[in-house]
Amino acid sequence: MKGSFITTKFNYILGWARKFSLFHYPYVTACCGMEYMSVVSPHFDFDRFGAGWTRFSPRQSDMLVVVGTITQKSAPVLRTVYDQMTEPKWVIAFGTCAVSGGIYDNYAVVQGIDRIIPVDVYLPGCPPRPETVLNALIRLQEKIQKQEQEWRWKRRKY
Amino acid sequence: MEMEKKKVLEELKQKFPEKIKEISVQFGDESIIVESGSLLDVVQFLKNEPCSYSMLLDLTCVDYKGQEPRFEMVYHLYSLSNKQRLRIKARLAEKDLWIDSLTSLWKNANWLEREIYDMFGVHFKGHPDLRRIFMYEGFEGYPLRKDYPLRKRQPRIPLRK
Repeated sequence: MKGSFITTKFNYILGWARKFSLFHYPYVTACCGMEYMSVVSPHFDFDRFGAGWTRFSPRQSDMLVVVGTITQKSAPVLRTVYDQMTEPKWVIAFGTCAVSGGIYDNYAVVQGIDRIIPVDVYLPGCPPRPETVLNALIRLQEKIQKQEQEWRWKRRKY
Repeated sequence: MEMEKKKVLEELKQKFPEKIKEISVQFGDESIIVESGSLLDVVQFLKNEPCSYSMLLDLTCVDYKGQEPRFEMVYHLYSLSNKQRLRIKARLAEKDLWIDSLTSLWKNANWLEREIYDMFGVHFKGHPDLRRIFMYEGFEGYPLRKDYPLRKRQPRIPLRK
């Protein structure tokens, strides 16, 4: 029982640390990018919630923000970017196109990025308001806090 | 200005009497239908002096499914000196989807023609690099044709359900 108390606390602290140090990688392809830019800029300020660092390198980031329409042509690229990110990693589907394909129900567009990569938070809107984006970030942080953390010395169940 | 337009069309009619099938005027803009085999000659004549339609604005294709001939190429020309537009159309049968490339006259025809090849499957004689431009290698069919299935998907990587 003593050991499990320590494990739970460690899990909590690790979650707390991880949710406030999200380095994000913006995969911006479309007009939602404007909304993303306004969110990361000082007016709405992503940084207040601890996600200020934009790393334009998937290897040093742990939150993938997929902003905009993903076509069948660029699907392998997105998949590669996701695979290059190191664990732990989370994904936000930003905007209706990334969530479900949106109005583009045609030959060229992937109908939601969850067909290619796992998604943690779905953020609808065409484009979403900056407040919605901040709300999505807070939801993701709640999720990170609650989830069971993986770390290096942990024995894996699978 | 009106005189100028008429002169161009009359000259065209005189020079290519049997190649120009139809001339029509709609909302002040002329459109002519040429025989697809003689497109390059007609356009070359129009580009040079005195007509000087020196700018290729756009180049596109229309699929009239069920009609014969099925496809229609549409070229929009603009004369900078005379400030007027001209639309040139050429009909193409489905069996023989070949037409002259305009890349020798305009550089921008290169990518426009690649787009038409990608979306409609029209081939261009004398095009330096006729490859798909929007869709990827291995894409089958031509998505802007009317008989392309609306919900057909051709993913490059396996998709989850």
